[in-house]
This record gives sequence, structure tokens and C-alpha cells, in this order.
Amino acid sequence: MNAFDYQQVADSEQAIEQAVRSRRAKYLGGGTNLVDLMRETVERPQALIDVTRLSRDIDETAEGGLIIGAAVTNSALAGDARVRSRYPVLARAILSGASAQIRNMATVGGNLLQRTRCAYFYDVAARCNKREPGAGCDALEGFHRYHAILGTSPSCIATHPSDMAVALAALDARIHLRGPEGERQLAITELHREPGERPDLETELQPEELIVAVELPPLPMAARSNYRKVRDRASYAFALVSVASMVELDGETIQDVRLALGGVGTKPWRALRVEAALRGQPATEATIAAAVDAELTEARPLPGNAFKVELARRTLIAELSRRIADARNGGEA
Amino acid sequence: MQWTINGQVREAEVDFRTSLLDLLREQFQLSGTKKGCNQGACGACTVLVDGERINACLALAVQYQGRTITTVEGLAENGTLHPVQAAFIEHDGFQCGYCTPGQLCSAVGMIGELERDHPSAVTADLAANGIEWNRDELRERMSGNLCRCGAYNGIADAIAAGLAKELGEELGEELDEELGEEIAR
Ligand SMILES: Cc1cc2nc3c(=O)[nH]c(=O)nc-3n(C[C@H](O)[C@H](O)[C@H](O)COP(=O)(O)OP(=O)(O)OC[C@H]3O[C@@H](n4cnc5c(N)ncnc54)[C@H](O)[C@@H]3O)c2cc1C
Ligand code: SF4
Ligand code: FES
Ligand code: FES
Repeated sequence: MNAFDYQQVADSEQAIEQAVRSRRAKYLGGGTNLVDLMRETVERPQALIDVTRLSRDIDETAEGGLIIGAAVTNSALAGDARVRSRYPVLARAILSGASAQIRNMATVGGNLLQRTRCAYFYDVAARCNKREPGAGCDALEGFHRYHAILGTSPSCIATHPSDMAVALAALDARIHLRGPEGERQLAITELHREPGERPDLETELQPEELIVAVELPPLPMAARSNYRKVRDRASYAFALVSVASMVELDGETIQDVRLALGGVGTKPWRALRVEAALRGQPATEATIAAAVDAELTEARPLPGNAFKVELARRTLIAELSRRIADARNGGEA
Repeated sequence: MQWTINGQVREAEVDFRTSLLDLLREQFQLSGTKKGCNQGACGACTVLVDGERINACLALAVQYQGRTITTVEGLAENGTLHPVQAAFIEHDGFQCGYCTPGQLCSAVGMIGELERDHPSAVTADLAANGIEWNRDELRERMSGNLCRCGAYNGIADAIAAGLAKELGEELGEELDEELGEEIAR
């Protein structure tokens, strides 16, 4: 690990001031990803600005949603009674990630901005366009079982590893940012970028910009939402495929549906094609199967991860069918 | 810099790069906490900070200044083993023992989470009050602690017994037995 300066700040204003003043500063949340990457010298910040004293509150919004401070821990968010009853997909996504110890350390801001677990990205002796633009990508012809099939480019096929972000994508969460130029908001689906020719540019954040909060809009059908994660072992493993889902029925017609995928996309993957193909359609096996295919025909698998197309198809169909059955039984959310 | 470790205020000036794990082991000779992977993947370094379990290998010591840290050396009280420690001996909760300090701290942290009604990935109804404890809950909640020897059956038995004792003492004798049997099954 390279030497660095450390500073703890009390609020977002101080954090940004410090970041502007320091050279090559990074914000530090729980450190569960950043400290690891610094040890491998993948990350080499000259200053760490500890933002774990930023807001740890979860509050109701005027619209009937929730606003979550960036320093709320993953455990606290998953344990919150309002999240558990109104947005179970979010609680389940978080609880399916990492371990209890890591969730106790990890923050909401850090979870969103954690970097890929691609082994070649971690290994400074390997070729990686994300770590070193133009170097090449050892994953393309290497071990890419855990890599993406959607949103990939010839430059990079790395998945975004966050489970939480997949649930947030399905929930249409809004990310509240603050930087030297002031405050702004982004939809969660606009926060991360697809790799294209610049896999090193991972998000829309400007230099020194800070995540200050995440806002959940009110969404009654989310009370019947779920997160299903398929992986190589039952716990403490990243997703091969995961599905965040919720469905609203009007009689036998699919009135509304939200779907997002993890483990298969270069960013938290909102399955808009499936949603569009389902909205207003009858809730039948045939419409579901056709809708799922509309998304998966976009997949660009490689030999080591081609199994994910079928795995994603089956998981999506199973989850959609369950949500529809629940909506039939449950009636109003 | 200053920390309260196992009830004692300790001070040291360390490089910002020092992890909480290295601080404990190398500055304060508290070598009970183990270094397995040094990357968050095994749980051998688990300690309690203000009662919550974390991985000390991913924690920068500087970030935890002023906090109250409990390591395996601090679990016993006045020479009496913590019920979970005693249960590890009774139920053969180890082979080589390398993962044990992390397992113990993690189990103690987990009991606190159960008492606070914190859910897990296998909790069936997240909105319900009160969580039904069973073997699946226990295994899921302890999945952040790997055992290279594969002593999992003994570990799970020991934790179930320790858990029944800890929660049972507060819930009354009847429940204690019921819970013990339910969990041990
Ligand atoms: C063994 C292991 C297994 C894991 N398994 C899973 C899993 O199954 N699923 C999953 O989703 N995750 C998993 N994780 C990843 C874990 O969820 C992340 O490491 C964690 O969420 C990161 O949060 P943090 O607060 O520790 O971030 P940090 O490591 O502190 O920071 C991560 C990044 O975010 C930036 N940052 C932090 N806060 C802010 C802010 N407020 N504004 C702007 N930038 C900020 C930092 O500068 C850094 O670049 C695993 C991690 C480990 C080590
Ligand atoms: S997949 Fe992306 S992160 Fe992995 S080696 Fe290739 S360029 Fe790097
Ligand atoms: S040594 Fe910390 S998790 Fe393995
Ligand atoms: S007893 Fe040997 S590692 Fe667990």
C-alpha cells in the first residue's frame, strides 16, 4: 500500500472542501473495497477523506418514500423496519451480499461505487483496460465465468458486483450528489456507465463529487418485491445471475412491472425490454417467455459464461411467475 | 491515537496504512485475532466494535479511533469463559483452532443481531416481528467465517448451544430447552 493522508470530516461541505484541497483524494466509506484495492496498489490515492460521519439517517420524504444517508451501513439499511415492509427487494438484496461482518462496515455510498471483482482488474500483473486504458483485456480469453453478457464491449466484460444497486435500479432510486459546483440528482440507472471504449470511466460522477443520499420513491407494488440470487455456493458469494422483481396486476393484465438483473450486466441492469414487452399484456406463460427473450437476444456471451443466458432466462421466468402468483393471491399491496 | 480494547484504554502512534488487525497483533501483542486471507474473505480476523462484528483486516486502525473493541482475549469475564466459548469446548467446535477466535467473536456479534431482531437472507418473512431461529438461520448468519478444517458441524452445534444459553437465560428456562433442542436439530 502506498502512503496517504487521512482526514475525517463532519459533513458533506467539509468533505468536498478537503477533496478540492487535496491531491488525488478518495472518499473512504467502510473501506471494505477501497482498502483491499489499495493493498493491491490498484488504487493509489494520496489522501483519504473519511465520510462515515456523513448522514446515517433514514427519513420519510414528503412524497411517501425514504431518503437514506450515504453513510448508513448496509446492515442498518437492510434491518430498517420500513425498508423490510415497503421495499423487501432492497433488504433481501443487501442481505444476500458479502457477509454480516462486511455489511456492518460497508456504507450505501461505498456499495454503489465499489469496483468490479474481475480477477484481472485486481491483479496488477495482468492486462486490464479498466485499470490501464489501452493495455488489453485478459478476461476475454481467460476465466470469465463471473463476467457480463449484457452491455459488454470488446474492451471490457466486467460485471458491476453490487446486489444493492440491482434492487435500487428496479426501485427507480435517485442518487443525490454534491460537488464543488453544487447539488444535483441522477437516476440510479444513469449513475453507472457501460464500458464502451473507456472502461476506466465507470460512473457519471465529476471529480470530487460525493454521494450524499439515496432516495426511494413511493412504490406500493414494492411491498411484494423480491430479490433472488443464484450463485456457486449458498452464501458469501457474488451472483452468477440475480433478479430483482415486482409486478402489479389489473385482473389478468400486467399493469406494471419492474425488473433488474445482477451478475450479467456491466452495470446494474434494468431489464427495460422485458418490462416494455409485458406492460399491458395478459399474464400468461407465453407472454413472459417472449418478453424475457426480448432482453436476452441482446446478450453477447463468451464460451466461459454462455450458461448465463439460459440461467438468466430460467431465473427471470421463475421469478416473474412467482410475482404474478403472489399478486393474484395478495390483491392490494 | 487511542482505542478502548478489551476494557483498557490503549494508545499508539501508527502509520495510517496500519489495519486494525495489525494494530491488535503487532502493536498490542493481542495475537488471538488471526490473519487468514487479509482481504475480507475468511472471517478469521473478526472482532467486535461497539458490540458489532467486523473484519479487522479491512479496517484502517485510524478510522476506529475512540471506539470500543473486543477481541477473543476479552470475551471471558472475571476468568469465566463466555457461554459460546464454553460451548466450543463442549461440542468440539474446532480442529486446528485457527478460525476459532473469529468464529467466537462472530457468534457473539450474531447473538446481538438476533436480540435486535436483525433479519438474514434466509428469513422467510422480513416484515414479521420476531425471527424464528433455526439451523438455516444460524448457518447463513455465520457464513462469513470459513473453517479450513471443515469443522462446521461442531461449530454449528457449539454456537447453537451457546446461543440457546445466551438467549435462553433472558427468555426463561422452558424456552431455553425448547430453543436448544430446536436449534440443535
Ligand atoms: C469477501 C467479499 C465479498 C463480497 N461479496 C459481495 C456480494 O456478494 N455482493 C455485493 O453486493 N457486494 C459484495 N462485496 C462488496 C461490498 O459490498 C463492498 O465492498 C461494500 O459495499 C463497499 O462499501 P464501503 O463503504 O466499504 O466502500 P469503500 O471501500 O469505503 O469505498 C468504495 C468506493 O466508493 C467510494 N465512496 C465511498 N463512499 C462514497 C461517497 N459517499 N461518495 C462518493 N464516493 C464514495 C470510495 O472512494 C471507493 O472508491 C463483498 C466484499 C468482500 C470483501
Ligand atoms: S473484463 Fe474489464 S476489468 Fe476485467 S480485465 Fe478486462 S478490462 Fe479489466
Ligand atoms: S483475515 Fe480478515 S477476513 Fe480473512
Ligand atoms: S478449526 Fe482449523 S480452520 Fe477451523
